[in-house]
Amino acid sequence: MDKTKILLAHGSGGRLTHDLISKYLVQSLSNPLLNKLDDAAVFKTGGNMAFTTDSYVVSPIFFPGGNIGKLAVCGTVNDLSVMGAVPKYLSLSFIIEEGLDITVLEEIIQSIAAAAKEAGVEIVTGDTKVVNIGKADKIFINTAGVGFIPEELDISGSNAQPGDAVIVSGTMGDHGIAIMAQREGLNFKMAVESDCAPLNGLIADMLKACPRIHVMRDPTRGGLATTLNEIAAQSQVGIELDEESIPVKPAVGGACDALGLDPLYVANEGKLIAILPEEFAPKVLSAMKAHPYGVDSAVIGRVTAKNPSRVSIRTPLGALRILDMQSGELLPRIC
Amino acid sequence: MPAPKQTKRFAFALSGVVQGVGFRPFVYQLAAKHRLNGWVRNTSAGVEIEAEGAGQALDAFSEELTSLNPPQSVIKTFKQTEIPLTGEEGFEIKPSQSLAGRFQLVSPDIATCTECQKDIFAPRNRRYRYPFTNCTNCGPRFTIIEDIPYDRPLTTMKNFKMCPDCQAEYDNPLNRRFHAQPNACPICGPRLWLADKTGTELSNTDTIAEAAKLLQDGQILAVRGLGGFLLAADATNPQAVATLRNRKRRPSKPFAVMLANLEEARKYCSISKEEEHLLVSPAAPIVLCRWNKESPVCPETAPGQNYLGIMLSYTPLHHLLLKEINKPLVMTSGNLSEEPIAKDNDEALKRLCNIADYFLLHNRPIYSRYDDSVVMYEAGEKRVLRRARGYAPYPVQTHFKGKEVLAMGPQEKNTFCLLKDGYAFVSQHIGDMQNPETLDSFEETLAVYLKLFRSKPEIIAADLHPGYIATALAEEWSDRLDIPLVKVQHHHAHIASCLAEHGCDDEVIGVALDGTGYGLDGNIWGGEFFCGGIKQGFSRQAHLEYLPLPGGEAAIKKPYRTAVSYVYTLLGEEGLGFFKDIDPEKLDIIKSQLNKKLNSPLTSSTGRLFDAVAALCGICRVANYDSQPAIELEAEAKDTEFAQFYPFELDLDKGIYLIRLKGILEGVLSNIKSGKTAAYISVKFHNTVSQIVLDTCRKLSAESGLTKVALSGGVFQNRRLFRQVIQQLETEGFKVLTHKEIPSNDGCISLGQAVIAANQGGL
Ligand SMILES: [Fe+3]
Ligand SMILES: [Mg+2]
Ligand SMILES: [Zn+2]
Ligand SMILES: [Zn+2]
Repeated sequence: MDKTKILLAHGSGGRLTHDLISKYLVQSLSNPLLNKLDDAAVFKTGGNMAFTTDSYVVSPIFFPGGNIGKLAVCGTVNDLSVMGAVPKYLSLSFIIEEGLDITVLEEIIQSIAAAAKEAGVEIVTGDTKVVNIGKADKIFINTAGVGFIPEELDISGSNAQPGDAVIVSGTMGDHGIAIMAQREGLNFKMAVESDCAPLNGLIADMLKACPRIHVMRDPTRGGLATTLNEIAAQSQVGIELDEESIPVKPAVGGACDALGLDPLYVANEGKLIAILPEEFAPKVLSAMKAHPYGVDSAVIGRVTAKNPSRVSIRTPLGALRILDMQSGELLPRIC
Repeated sequence: MPAPKQTKRFAFALSGVVQGVGFRPFVYQLAAKHRLNGWVRNTSAGVEIEAEGAGQALDAFSEELTSLNPPQSVIKTFKQTEIPLTGEEGFEIKPSQSLAGRFQLVSPDIATCTECQKDIFAPRNRRYRYPFTNCTNCGPRFTIIEDIPYDRPLTTMKNFKMCPDCQAEYDNPLNRRFHAQPNACPICGPRLWLADKTGTELSNTDTIAEAAKLLQDGQILAVRGLGGFLLAADATNPQAVATLRNRKRRPSKPFAVMLANLEEARKYCSISKEEEHLLVSPAAPIVLCRWNKESPVCPETAPGQNYLGIMLSYTPLHHLLLKEINKPLVMTSGNLSEEPIAKDNDEALKRLCNIADYFLLHNRPIYSRYDDSVVMYEAGEKRVLRRARGYAPYPVQTHFKGKEVLAMGPQEKNTFCLLKDGYAFVSQHIGDMQNPETLDSFEETLAVYLKLFRSKPEIIAADLHPGYIATALAEEWSDRLDIPLVKVQHHHAHIASCLAEHGCDDEVIGVALDGTGYGLDGNIWGGEFFCGGIKQGFSRQAHLEYLPLPGGEAAIKKPYRTAVSYVYTLLGEEGLGFFKDIDPEKLDIIKSQLNKKLNSPLTSSTGRLFDAVAALCGICRVANYDSQPAIELEAEAKDTEFAQFYPFELDLDKGIYLIRLKGILEGVLSNIKSGKTAAYISVKFHNTVSQIVLDTCRKLSAESGLTKVALSGGVFQNRRLFRQVIQQLETEGFKVLTHKEIPSNDGCISLGQAVIAANQGGL
């Protein structure tokens, strides 16, 4: 028996499972609700509760700027936070491929603990399953989370109003490019790190500056372009962006240029889009810039009544271009 | 005096282009000539006539109706029935009538006729120097029509009340301006003025002279014309042209030049008899003519080109302006690159204020946007390359008379097509659907066509490409109208369109040499050989072998990427030694991209093969406009002729011939290494592509027995290749079908979609 590897028995519910949970999980993630090890976490609620879940199957599981564990916490924290919720409790569920190094699992759990601590959330329930080699790719994680939304907030993808300003909290495409470079072994001159981060702190500061934020979203899969298209359709408004004002790190821009990708369609894991009445934009923007996760924040466009559900972008050449949803693979449309 | 029993009465119903072309005055005069009584009127279906008189006279009248009809008219149907006598006296032109659900063909706009030209240059004429002069033989039509029948109240001239003089002309059947709907004069008609960038009118006594002076000084003018604004600059002033390029963000795509007349045109180009006919035709399109490079039209006008796009003045305003300045003028559509042409004053002042220094404005509203058409005379025929002013909305006649089809067209060079009662109304050139203003213009124009032609689509057709905006639009329309959507493969549409233009129902060998189109297998097609027809469907029999396009669209914009990919994929690592001047890091990334198949769709495109060869020759490493590498590669060949070609192979693979390109790439590289000129390589490469077409058609013909070949796709705008392919195929005994009225580029896609959908729609 190789004690350095995850075995099928680690997921069987027996002794090894118990050891794994108590030794690695409870110790690192310790909190009163989790420590009880009951079948369910029990807590009091009140007011509007937000509830979300997400599964993480990223490959590679370690990448510059984070790993799958940090991602699993930040992703769920961010999904709650952009709804205006203060994230509180998370569930954590592993599907592990037999043979994973236990030290790898340990490192992932440490990142989970660190991210949870930074975000001020508690992991209150969880599960671990082990599957045969080839049935999973090293490790998959599911997290669900709950949070509570203050009464006065009304944030939704359908709330964008003509005249609103569109703000992003930082550079676009960092996560997707970092993952791709790592996975495909691409040697870019400048290294790119994932932006993976919990945004609830930044959001709290933004809401302090302006509780009347209409829309918040984290532009993850499909990137900024896809998320804005969803918002434009949900709110039945047009969105017009100014390409030059959209922050993109030179390294990411260079990598995208080399690969023929558009950073506006590349995933982010520590960025948000906020849409709010134009008059509050300066105040919110300065609050954002004061926060470590918002230093590169920028107003990137405005909401229009014209062309409902269409997102367009003014290129540096001055022409407008439709920035549409991309379906699957990027296939050339120009002749 | 004829006996009363010989007196007869006939009712005539004519359709086609019979309104706005002087048809009723013609009928009136014809009736007078034959001493007939009765009346004529316009309806929304065409022209109706009742005529009563001597049998013989009626016979002559009937014959002359279709043999002496006005030059701009086209008679599509002619019906004659005998009806009871009424005994009415005189011949009358009756008010127009609208018939529910009936439509008629609408005349395109027509270049100023010679008589109107005389009017504006005759100091004693009341229209001396009047820029909006027109008559029943010329002037705006489609661009001012809001609805049919074509009568002044249904045009944008409705707000100009004619003065007594104009009204008298309008009412006099013997006058050239009888029922000329846009009839006007300086007293009662539209007005021209000059404004600065802020829209403030400049007070001057002679607007035209002032405008000419500004152009003379190297300023850029936005000139409101028939279908929209044109940007004008002195074509002999390199600085003015460079400024225009700069401001318009159009670094190298050729500009067209407008000239006062044929005589002037000959100073700058050598013009064949056929090109001359095209230049002076009522459509007055831009004609690509052999450019005399020693002429004073500066090279910046059309960098790297052997042909210059020229047109003659086609409105009185142009005539006056060009006469005044006495120089060739660059006239390019009033837009930023990729946007549609601006048509309204306010719109132009807003959109063009960073391009134009001054604005030549007028107050005759433009209802429909309309670019200048572009044509060439090649391989014995007129070839329309961009179809708009002077041609659209004239339809292509087909035999599909069942359900009405609306075909949404492609992504770029978009046109849409309405198929109704056998008429395929291919819209004027709309442009790049990725541009939001173009998309708005698409919707506006579509609304106009649906109204004018009383169309209620029952089938929607669109391209198969999952990312085309026109296809997304088609899905919306199909849902909203609850009618079926037929998706058509891009190159099937290309070939079907060529066949539709020829009314050809037969099975043919279809050769689609093109840029990019989404294939049935999800790859990007563009070097395709089919057997089949509109009714039979198409089956792919041969294609260029698949090669990766690293970065997708990025490779199209930066052809060196395609060159790297083709060389690396076909010749391996050592081939890359060729690219010493490309940043090694970039090269490395492209290589890993290819190895890992990252964002590298596979393509069989002919356009991309041209790109790769052009880039290898060092001709065009970055493309600033569509097809630039291929255009410059062709230009490089000049008039050089010889017969050698590079080796290629036809490889039968699962029943389909793959055209192997390794020999071509090897040959090109070894020619470059041994110091052959780009001109030599270009000629040899053109020969190769032509030989590929010939060899493949031979093989397919031997197997299928088919002897007709239809050519389509943007690559056939390459004149050298087009000529050569036709010549080789015809020598071999093939019957070759080519595009004439409809472009072979993606402007033809909507027509192909429409006829395929109509056929599949169960007719
Ligand atoms: Fe095409
Ligand atoms: Mg989620
Ligand atoms: Zn005239
Ligand atoms: Zn008048």
